Amino acid sequence: MNGPSTKHPYWRQHWLGLMLVVGVLLAVPFVAALGGQAWVRIANFAILYVFLALGLNIVVGYAGLLDLGYVAFYAVGAYCYALLASPHFGIHLPFWVILPCGAALACLFGVLLGAPTLKLRGDYLAIVTLGFGEIIRIFMNNLNAPINITNGAQGITLIDPVRIGDFSFARTSTVFGIAISGPQKYYFLLVALAALVIVVNIRLQNSRIGRAWQAIREDEVAAKACGINTRNIKLLAFAMGASFGGIAGGVFAAMQGFVSPESFSLMESITILAMVVLGGMGHIPGVILGAILLTGLPEALRYGIEPLQKAVFGRMIIDPESLRMLVFGLALVLVMRFRPAGLWPSSLRRRELAEATD
Amino acid sequence: MDTLLQQLINGLTLGAVYALVALGYTMVYGIIGLINFAHGEVVMIGTMVAFTVIVSLAGSGMPPLLILGIGLLVAVVACMVLGWGLERVAYRPLRHAPRLTPLITAIGMSIVLQNIAMIIWGRNYITFPPMIDKQIYEFAGASFTNVQVAIVVLAALVMIGLTYLVQRTRMGMAMRATAQNQHVALLMGVDIDRVIAMAFIIGSALGALAGCMVGSYYEIAHYQMGFMLGLKAFTAAVLGGIGNMAGAMAGGLLLGIIEALGAGYIGDLTGNFLGSHYQDIFAFMVLIVVLMFRPSGLFGERTGDRA
Amino acid sequence: MKQAHIPGVLMVLAASVAMIGCGKKEEPKAAAPAPAPAAAPAPAPKPEMVVKIGHVAPLTGPIAHLGKDNENGARLAVDDANAKKLEIDGKIVKFELLGEDDQADPKTGTVVAQKLVDAKVAGVVGHLNSGTTIPASAIYNQAGLPQISPSATNPKYTQQGFNTTFRVMANDIQQGSVVGTYAVKDMGAKKVAIIDDRTAYGQGLADEVEKAAKAAGANIVAREFTTDKATDFKAILTKIKAKNPDVIFLGGMDAIGGPMLKQIKELGIKAKFTTGDGGCSPELIKLAGAASEGVICTQAGLPVDKLPNGQKFVEDFTKKYGQIQIYSPYSYDAVMVLVDAMKRANSVDPVKYLPEVGKASYDGVTGKVEFDEKGDIKNGAITVFEIKDGKLVTLKSEGGTAPAAPAAAPEAKK
Repeated sequence: MNGPSTKHPYWRQHWLGLMLVVGVLLAVPFVAALGGQAWVRIANFAILYVFLALGLNIVVGYAGLLDLGYVAFYAVGAYCYALLASPHFGIHLPFWVILPCGAALACLFGVLLGAPTLKLRGDYLAIVTLGFGEIIRIFMNNLNAPINITNGAQGITLIDPVRIGDFSFARTSTVFGIAISGPQKYYFLLVALAALVIVVNIRLQNSRIGRAWQAIREDEVAAKACGINTRNIKLLAFAMGASFGGIAGGVFAAMQGFVSPESFSLMESITILAMVVLGGMGHIPGVILGAILLTGLPEALRYGIEPLQKAVFGRMIIDPESLRMLVFGLALVLVMRFRPAGLWPSSLRRRELAEATD
Repeated sequence: MDTLLQQLINGLTLGAVYALVALGYTMVYGIIGLINFAHGEVVMIGTMVAFTVIVSLAGSGMPPLLILGIGLLVAVVACMVLGWGLERVAYRPLRHAPRLTPLITAIGMSIVLQNIAMIIWGRNYITFPPMIDKQIYEFAGASFTNVQVAIVVLAALVMIGLTYLVQRTRMGMAMRATAQNQHVALLMGVDIDRVIAMAFIIGSALGALAGCMVGSYYEIAHYQMGFMLGLKAFTAAVLGGIGNMAGAMAGGLLLGIIEALGAGYIGDLTGNFLGSHYQDIFAFMVLIVVLMFRPSGLFGERTGDRA
Repeated sequence: MKQAHIPGVLMVLAASVAMIGCGKKEEPKAAAPAPAPAAAPAPAPKPEMVVKIGHVAPLTGPIAHLGKDNENGARLAVDDANAKKLEIDGKIVKFELLGEDDQADPKTGTVVAQKLVDAKVAGVVGHLNSGTTIPASAIYNQAGLPQISPSATNPKYTQQGFNTTFRVMANDIQQGSVVGTYAVKDMGAKKVAIIDDRTAYGQGLADEVEKAAKAAGANIVAREFTTDKATDFKAILTKIKAKNPDVIFLGGMDAIGGPMLKQIKELGIKAKFTTGDGGCSPELIKLAGAASEGVICTQAGLPVDKLPNGQKFVEDFTKKYGQIQIYSPYSYDAVMVLVDAMKRANSVDPVKYLPEVGKASYDGVTGKVEFDEKGDIKNGAITVFEIKDGKLVTLKSEGGTAPAAPAAAPEAKK
């Protein structure tokens, strides 16, 4: 965890692993492209969700605040990018200005949500955050009159792609003799951003703040008694989680070139929460695994369910698309049944669980 | 004035349905602290089963009310089995798991049930056959139908019955004991497994009843209908104080009325700045304000740290 | 239809056997010398070419019923096109539909679009919602694939400057103005109440109706809103009742129109009910029952009974898939327009036949399909219907050029 200059146990112990990870990450978009550009796009969304899940992990996993409206911050970030880089208002700011703006705005919304809900616990908080998510979505959907701000349900089109000078992320271009498609470029941007959020997550986990969150998660009253300013620390969790959501939203808007309220439904919040819990709450590798699995599984089923059904039954019995979601739901149930603490829980959690069942 | 009365009647009918569904959430929550997200889907399955029974009996020449009764009965039994099965298969193994684990299971079950329903009953909207001849009554300028009267009366009867069950019977006492403290209840000789299963079974039966009401009231059914209904009912349960039965009833009725009045008057109140498209926001705002002043809902006691 | 199928199947079988026999199918003209205009029953080893057409709509989720309907329309079109044994570039074309599910989710929409591009489809029919159609259109555009949406009504879809975007559905402006004007001029409404479901479709249409009704001199007494998932409309209807309008317009789908009509009756509202194409369907009659009597509604396109192939489409579709929901005739036409353009360009290569899509002049089951420079349907006809005795009865048609009926019939059978 410490800087590499003083003592580097982390780097020394893990340099091989790290190199391997970097190598794999670099190879992914090119290997995926062999299976079609669609897989690159799926990989992009997987990383976007890694990003979102890690953001939510701060709120749910670290601070233990059940947030069912996380998508609101994602929406705020996306709309912030859309409004500041599209013909809708005729403003075209570069992405490195807008992304921080989106993060800041989402952060503000995080505090706005956090402030009135500080007193609430557990499931009461869940419903209020859920309501907050719906409120944001409904406003996005209806703020086209009397003043047209969000263009309502019609959404905002022709959003600028990420562009550095003349290097646009929307087109294929050749770098060092290798053709890199638009989705592949976004892949590298996303990986860079995800690396950032992972580093922040790791640093937070073992910091003073991280331990304060953990204290609140385990026992708020005791945490307060220990002199932790629970109000500020909780607000900080909301604000940090929200900022990551805001950045993710901005990248989403740039990648899609279009935003509309239907992308920010309650189902989306639930999916992100499922990623966090399924992977292993509060444990970074687990959350990453959860996000990748839950994005990849439905898409893999899209490709695989038809041949699978033919192989098992010899013919198509059920529409592949109905079966796809059915299998997805069953997978959620089964994973939770056999890995109640998530697929890859932290060792601490595992110990706690073992004690509880004794 | 007649408009206000009409809106109250609209809200009351809607609220009665919400209350019944909310009771299903609250019974389960009160006893094991689980938000059973799949409850909305149980309601949907209830509606669909009743639909199938009614349609297949429609040509038999039986009196329509009898057919409706049989449909209702079959739906209630089917949902009881479903609720019991859900608890047994999906939730019981997770009783000691981390708090959010059963929540994800519930979401998974909800997806599974929706897709099973889609495979069985198809994607199209289904016309729920009207078995009761709709009579429209006028009262002081407001109108209502016999179906609405039946819904409100039936819901009231069920709520009275349920209150009796919980407050006056041995089973109810066992339920209350389990809700208070599972370990102590166990030591007192309460069969906790049975009590929890009962909570699911009763909650699901109420859900089936609510589903049939929704079906006969709106005469329409769809495999996705459970989601919104479940969400609203869950909101209602929290509004009243989740885990509290009186709270669920009051919360349901209140939410129904808030929605009706919100849609009816929000435009006039805000000088047409906010129209009826902010109806749902209005309901959530009321919820947030209530929770700000009473963090455990209207009827909830100040419980200790549950999280 | 039925008889045509059996030789068709045989043909395909024979051809595929032949195909396996001579290996790959890709030699352009080398295998062409076989007698091209030979009679069908003779299993001549005619080269065959598989052309994939993509179709995307939500097949799961709240509007899956509409998505499946679109897909069925496209499937029927592909079957019909295959039955005709079209010859393009000397080869018999066998069309194959790749149906995908975008869950009405913009994100999934782009992944699926990319999947179709990867699968080398020749063209795409879809998506259903504007929200998925627009982000996907950028991907199809990059790949140079023509995309025809049967149902996305958002005007921005075709205003992005892409040469690959088309739609066979009249946009909201045309339809809204017809309904709005009709309500005021023909139905004599002075006070109009408007409800929309806050979807891109409902909102767009309702706004246009409001403009047209105002322009025709009516007073908009109420503008209310609901959602596309709602079933209870009594609160807003009660409010509308107090304003005592002559006509209520709904911008939304039949799934909410049905229960709404029943509730209008229960509340004793006397106003006439009008709606656009989303509610102008047999489904509305099924869902609303007797309450649907007297409803005035509009559809884009000419009435089916005026079109020689329209009637046949309805029969075939109902026989195969049951009740038409709403947009399947449009997705049928969208596929046919693609096929027709390939035929005229004598190529299935998107680069070659794309310009021909823009020049289409096709007599479809919804009327004549011609595109303007943006890819919107030109001068789309709008037909006004009234529901009488549980049936949609044509009142009048506006705009659009009716195809010469006798000439269209043989064209369709070719």
